[in-house]
Amino acid sequence: MATLKVSDSVPAPSEDAEQLRTAFEGWGTNEDLIISILGHRSAEQRKQIRQSYHETYGEDLLKTLDKELSNDFERAILLWTLEPAERDALLTNEATKRWTSSNQVLMEVACTRTSTQLLHARQAYHARYKKSLEEDVAHHTTGDFRKLLVPLVTSYRYEGDEVNMTLAKQEAKLIHEKIKDKHYTDEDVIRILSTRSKAQINATFNRYQDDHGEEILKSLEEGDDDDKFLSLLRSTIQCLTRPELYFVDVLRSAINKTGTDEGALTRIVTTRAEIDLKVIGEEYQRRNSIPLEKAITKDTRGDYEKMLVALLGEDDA
Amino acid sequence: MALPLDLESLTEAFSGNLGMGVDENALISTLGKSHKDHRKLFRKASKGFFVEDEERAFEKCHDHFVRHLKLEFSRFNNAVVMWAMHPWERDARLMKKALKKGEEAYNLIVEVACTRSAEDLLGARKAYHSLFDQSMEEDIASHVHGPNRKLLVGLVSAYRYEGNKVKDDSAKSEAKTLAEAVASRGEEVVEKDEVVRILTTRSKPHLQHVYKHFNDIKGSDLLGGVSHSSLLNEALLCLLKPAVYFSKILDASLNNEADKTTKKWLTRVFVTRADHSDEMKEIKEEYNKLYGETLPQRIQDKIKGNYRDFLITLLSKSD
Repeated sequence: MATLKVSDSVPAPSEDAEQLRTAFEGWGTNEDLIISILGHRSAEQRKQIRQSYHETYGEDLLKTLDKELSNDFERAILLWTLEPAERDALLTNEATKRWTSSNQVLMEVACTRTSTQLLHARQAYHARYKKSLEEDVAHHTTGDFRKLLVPLVTSYRYEGDEVNMTLAKQEAKLIHEKIKDKHYTDEDVIRILSTRSKAQINATFNRYQDDHGEEILKSLEEGDDDDKFLSLLRSTIQCLTRPELYFVDVLRSAINKTGTDEGALTRIVTTRAEIDLKVIGEEYQRRNSIPLEKAITKDTRGDYEKMLVALLGEDDA
Repeated sequence: MALPLDLESLTEAFSGNLGMGVDENALISTLGKSHKDHRKLFRKASKGFFVEDEERAFEKCHDHFVRHLKLEFSRFNNAVVMWAMHPWERDARLMKKALKKGEEAYNLIVEVACTRSAEDLLGARKAYHSLFDQSMEEDIASHVHGPNRKLLVGLVSAYRYEGNKVKDDSAKSEAKTLAEAVASRGEEVVEKDEVVRILTTRSKPHLQHVYKHFNDIKGSDLLGGVSHSSLLNEALLCLLKPAVYFSKILDASLNNEADKTTKKWLTRVFVTRADHSDEMKEIKEEYNKLYGETLPQRIQDKIKGNYRDFLITLLSKSD
């Protein structure tokens, strides 16, 4: 469930745009105003505000934000204001660039979005970067990582609930055999993870647990800790079966890291606030005995903190 | 009084002489009007279609006569059904059929994946979900084994950029990569990750640039059959020169030696391409260039009846 709080009666997009304009005028920037507006509008509403702002002031709202804001707060506002598809296109494009490369982000976007959302991200990628997502991912990844990531980002999974139990049994057995021999990069393992529907994958791993008495993720713990591919494989499975747990793990390490990994924190909060941040927050509290909001406010400051809190639905606006 | 049946022209009407389709009008006016004695004479004379049972004094049909008629009568039927279908469903069903048939039909997968626009290929994938309750890529991945799997799955999963922007130096370096892959001994070209990457992710305009640079570097044609994998060679042709590809398979289907399966290609190409006038125009030109006669003329000469008229009508949409 989403954590975003939007009041039942929001001002017209043109009014919001006008208010935002005032936030930029004069010395400094009225970040509180920005948070109180943008932090409480849905994706569709934000889109209309952007449009209205552009029509009235001849400038892209994001460009203005870029000029006026800086650092973590700006990043949070930027990511938040973009439409989900554009946001995913931006995140994945960054993930293929040398200094910001991240196989994890590529996998995360590919596996936690619905088929339609992933498709929209690919379309937005064409429009924004004049290339396809897959050509960039293929070009900038190598070896086993490429073998896994390209199929993941190009998948267009069936989204129905139908499950073939015989197939689940067969594929659970196959996976077990490969994992037993530590063949983590096996073609068939990758094939199953990158083409089967999420319902089918869940059925397969449930069967795996029934047949072998332990969860697949537990079985994968036997491997080498330094094996980056294995680590990515584990996260892939987690994203496909229990995404909220994956997000809890990422949030926890982002927050506990000395200095806080704002990149990951910002990314998760802005991409999930309208999807399932509530569930993620509940799981977070269950596993860490501290509410997510508390953990975040302990570790962040200023406008950045205020923005995150707003998106968590915990501010008083 | 009805005239005796002319064996030659009746056989023609059935397309018993290497034609295709059936001449419905001729069948009505000759066979339909015929006297039963003349039909008996026809059966006795028609050794290809009927066999004398001397003991019991009658002429029975060869099995293959019945099969032949069924096939020839159904060409028009199949063309119409295919034509009425949504292009996405058409392509999804073609893919499914190819998978069921097995390796010898995998060229169909290459054809659909490489000659459709990004949106049309995507549409076929959507239709696949709807028709078969699974994704196209999962079906292909689980049925295809061996070196061609990665190529085929990659080709159908592509959602290529369709703009004209190309980074020429990138194209040049990829041409070099391809040239090296083709030259090297050892691993088959289709198994080389870099080759598959380039073919399954790059935009078509980009690939045109790669093609040009390859030919400059290597001095030989990338389309000259660089791989042992016929699917790879076909993919290259479909991506770079679809009009040539379609002309070739049309010619194969119209060839007198064509087998049952190959003949069916005729319907498929016409029905799936007729809505794309520009492409159809190019195919007509290319066909003429390659084979010295026009496609309409060839159809007129070889095909009969409603099937012929239907094909000619489809063809004329791009005049």
